[in-house]
Amino acid sequence: MEILSRLNSPAMYLICGAIILFVALVCVFFMIRAYRAGAAIGMDKTKMKRTITASATFAALPSVGILLGVIALSGSLGTPWSWLRLSVIGALHYETQVAEAAAEAVGLPGLSASAMTAQAFTTIALLMGVCIMWGMVFSIFFNKKYLSRLKAPKKNGAAGGGFGDTAMTAMFIGLVSAYIGSYIGALVSGAGRFTFAGSWMPLAVVAVSAAVMAAFVWLAEKKNAAWVDNFSVAGSMLAGMAAAVLLRGV
Amino acid sequence: MNEQEKTARLEAYNRRTHIYGRIACGVTLVMLLGAPFLMGYILGAMPDMRAFGKGFLAIGIVWLVSCVAEYLVYTPMLGAGGGYLAFITGNLINMKIPCAVNARDIVGTKTGTPENEIISTLSIATASLVTIVILALGVLLLIPLQPVLQSPALQPAFDNVVPALFGAMAYKYYRKNMKIALWPLVIMSALFILVPGLLGSTSFMILPSGAIAIGVAYFRYRRSRKETAA
Repeated sequence: MEILSRLNSPAMYLICGAIILFVALVCVFFMIRAYRAGAAIGMDKTKMKRTITASATFAALPSVGILLGVIALSGSLGTPWSWLRLSVIGALHYETQVAEAAAEAVGLPGLSASAMTAQAFTTIALLMGVCIMWGMVFSIFFNKKYLSRLKAPKKNGAAGGGFGDTAMTAMFIGLVSAYIGSYIGALVSGAGRFTFAGSWMPLAVVAVSAAVMAAFVWLAEKKNAAWVDNFSVAGSMLAGMAAAVLLRGV
Repeated sequence: MNEQEKTARLEAYNRRTHIYGRIACGVTLVMLLGAPFLMGYILGAMPDMRAFGKGFLAIGIVWLVSCVAEYLVYTPMLGAGGGYLAFITGNLINMKIPCAVNARDIVGTKTGTPENEIISTLSIATASLVTIVILALGVLLLIPLQPVLQSPALQPAFDNVVPALFGAMAYKYYRKNMKIALWPLVIMSALFILVPGLLGSTSFMILPSGAIAIGVAYFRYRRSRKETAA
């Protein structure tokens, strides 16, 4: 696998590492600015610190999942590029699909190191970047206008007032429902319509994770243990993932 | 600090957030698109632009449409600072959006308020940094970690990260909004059961599912306002 050793060379690590370092610095910069702005307008510092703790614990487990995506891609695209793609813009769900489709588009039989050439790699890398860059492009050109439009007071202020928050919650409920609906659909029709031969594991994991979250909510609300909120999502996810391991043989 | 000073300070903060956000996105874009060419220079093989063009026509258009939808839907949830950061760092559905929503819920801020803008930025910056650190450590320890992370015994756990996340979030959000959640859940389940081909396009189904949930929420909102007025 001569190509993989070239894709894993120190120069490749240097290029990708430099971009990731830049993005990390951007995050630190935005974080400090936000914290200072919050403190300046009199926001409760405890709340801001709680946000940081809760978000850090929240992100830990999905990050390990994303690391698996890096490992999966590194076999064909090398470790540095896979590391970069999943640290910057990339998404665990899309990256493998896009890489696979890009490999086919440049004429490879599939995404594998055995068929990879240096030119195929650079073409795939460019294609992967261009395919998923649009969120950033739109942010540059439209963010300010789009957000100020959303904040602008409605002509009939009374009618629109107060629905924004509900709409965002509803959108999130829609997102979660689409995924849970897909797990139900996969169980019932995943291996043929109404065969009930699909995988039940995602639904079992959803159930365990939801049950553990219910326990956390009970502790927070009935036992006045508000601090558990910071770890409730991470704890529930851990329980759900542990259940997947235990139920594997069932 | 009086209200006027507070507003002025926030406006200045937001103005600068857009400036810094645009610069950060622009620089990241240049680096991201420049990297394949720089790598090509080192490897002695520049990208094949004909193959790239063909590839973009084949798959790029689909992702472009998906990115438009993601941008329109998620930007209001994330705010300015959070939005720039989330679109730079990615992993929106499986991490940044739930993380920001969770933080907002824990702290109790409302969408569109200055407090929410701050909390959203703090939450997404933290989550992004945690991911960057874990991936960097993972890459550094790739050889010793690989057998553990890829062990068949642990595989089901890592295959089910997203269901575990959405199970926890579902309980949190469904319990107070069951009348809203029921509609998209039932309709989406029925659609996936009747048209199993849609199972490969779950991320595209978020839009109609969200639209249904917002529609039901708006109907209930209007009705409760009418009842209050009467």
